[in-house]
Amino acid sequence: MTQRNVLEAINSALDEEMSRDPRVMVLGLDVGKLGGVFRATSGLLEKHGAQRVVDTPLAEASIVGASLGLAISGMVPVAEIQFLGFTAQAFHQLGPQLGRYRARSRGRYHCQVTIRAPFGGGIHSPEFHSDAVEAQFVQSPGIKVVMPSNAYDAKGLLIEAIRDPDPVLYCEPDRLYRLGRMEVPDGAYTIPFGKAAIVREGDDITLVAWSAAVESCLLAAERLADEGISATVVDLRTLVPFDVETVVGAVAKTGRCVVVHEAPLSAGFGAEVAATLASEAFYDLDAPIARVTSWDVPYPAAPLEGWYLPSVERVVAAARETARD
Amino acid sequence: MTARLSILESDGKLVAGAKPSMTDSVLIEALRWMLMSRIYDERATALQRQGLYGVFSPAFGQEASVVGSAMALDPVRDWIVPQYRELMALVRHGYPLERLAAMGMGRVTEAARIPDGVNVLPNQVALATQLPHATGLAWGLKLQKKDSVVMTYVGDGGSSEGDFHEGLNLAGVQRAPVVFFLSNNQWAISTPRRVQSATPSFALRAAGYGFPGVEVDGNDVLAVYSAAGEAVQRARAGEGPTLIESVTYRMSFHNTTDNPSLYEDPKQRDDASRRDPIDRVVRYLTGRGLWDEERDKETRASVRAEVDAALEKAAAFPVVTPNQLFDHIYAELPERLRRQREELSSDRSQT
Repeated sequence: MTQRNVLEAINSALDEEMSRDPRVMVLGLDVGKLGGVFRATSGLLEKHGAQRVVDTPLAEASIVGASLGLAISGMVPVAEIQFLGFTAQAFHQLGPQLGRYRARSRGRYHCQVTIRAPFGGGIHSPEFHSDAVEAQFVQSPGIKVVMPSNAYDAKGLLIEAIRDPDPVLYCEPDRLYRLGRMEVPDGAYTIPFGKAAIVREGDDITLVAWSAAVESCLLAAERLADEGISATVVDLRTLVPFDVETVVGAVAKTGRCVVVHEAPLSAGFGAEVAATLASEAFYDLDAPIARVTSWDVPYPAAPLEGWYLPSVERVVAAARETARD
Repeated sequence: MTARLSILESDGKLVAGAKPSMTDSVLIEALRWMLMSRIYDERATALQRQGLYGVFSPAFGQEASVVGSAMALDPVRDWIVPQYRELMALVRHGYPLERLAAMGMGRVTEAARIPDGVNVLPNQVALATQLPHATGLAWGLKLQKKDSVVMTYVGDGGSSEGDFHEGLNLAGVQRAPVVFFLSNNQWAISTPRRVQSATPSFALRAAGYGFPGVEVDGNDVLAVYSAAGEAVQRARAGEGPTLIESVTYRMSFHNTTDNPSLYEDPKQRDDASRRDPIDRVVRYLTGRGLWDEERDKETRASVRAEVDAALEKAAAFPVVTPNQLFDHIYAELPERLRRQREELSSDRSQT
């Protein structure tokens, strides 16, 4: 077994899939010699050549739009959008085009396209680099939305995404890229979409999160344990498909739930989780569902992001309040 | 200014020194396609007025652009990435007219979809989004060492979209085997061409992308075919994209919801009628003793019969069913969607 961080896990998934399937190609800004601004594609150009590892013009709509055409031609593009916030300049190609092409053509065409996009706060990046806009794509039927929270999942979910016949938006938690290493096997393995992971088991409260917020929830769970509150942490892994069964099961057991995400509060995916629990786990609930999220304001300048993001302290406080008899 | 390529004048005479780009038999085939386009436009518009056809955009006046460009392609290996006003190009490329008609009549099921093996993408009304698709498709075909060419369509209106720039720019960088066919029909619904751009010629824009731009009389099927053929040949030879500006005129409405009398000077329409793409071919062929009233009548009757047969077949295509809402969303429907489909099925108001 090899120890890998999230970036190395992603790199290993890309490299192995490119070696396995000659149709797989990587395109985006600076993915070639530089290896991407975070180095997720390091070494791929040297190993797989300039035909399959392609630096594109600085133009997000055509990165996504061309990927659609490449897929129809028979290639399997894995496109990188440098930061998820930049999908604003490609949104019309992502939701309405990539997501709907199978439906628009009544099944004649499908788009085996993976869009990778780093996102999230906490790394003091410039304006527009940190926006957690994943919920916009949950409202774009036809796209699967994948949100890994650790290196092992990052590799297995990315290989699953590349092999999925439908378009996948794969959002990478840039704050966790180099945070630590864990065992990530060499060789291909996949993690099925729509299967949430219970990453910590407890009896008193369920914390539901995805991507980097899972790490915040695990830290919060440690602190809560010191206070005698035992928390389950559910990592959704994918928002589309949404594993309702696992979340409802976990909340039924603890009777209490806090949903945590980096996106702003209103109409974030946490609202969907809470509404689903309200209809499917209502009689198991012992307290109102709480949400700990960013505020409904634009992502702030770096010195302010500590007050904006759902901090471990805020998660602990909300859990403490929710767990109270 | 680029020179506008012209071979056949409105009066049916060849431009001095110009050679016809089509043989007589190919030109007669082109004329038949143009007539089919016009007759289909009349039929579909009439059906729309009776509530039997959805919103429809005729190609009226633009037949030479549509047919001349499509005829430069080899349906076996080449691809069409349409906008939405190129119906007869798709038919010529192998998409059966009855299927297209069924789509128009709201029978939007698998039975009406693009058949397997027909190299056509679906119509596109999110304007210019199809251009990056065409670039990607052409790029991918080239990566797989296929000798295919992609022809994609856009209008003077669509050329103002950001995707026009992004699609052409990437195609230039990748030297993708793609032909961008810009039908400048002078109108984006009611917005005139001069509002779209201050450029004296859309074809000039190609220079900014590092490939040739050609301006052609879009009502001259011989000129369109010549320019398209040359662009296809360049693309196939690995020399990259071409932008063709086909200068034409929309001789009817944007679509069946439109009312050009609110914004169009009737004089413009009269001028365009004198440059009718079909009339000039009839004059030319008549002048050469290859066409006469009898042949004209016969051809129109046989085309009309073909169109009517397609419409009749289309009317018998399967109708939509509510559960179809959940078809072709994903290869495999996720659980949450399966539950929504069940909910819809149990909704008695749908039955």
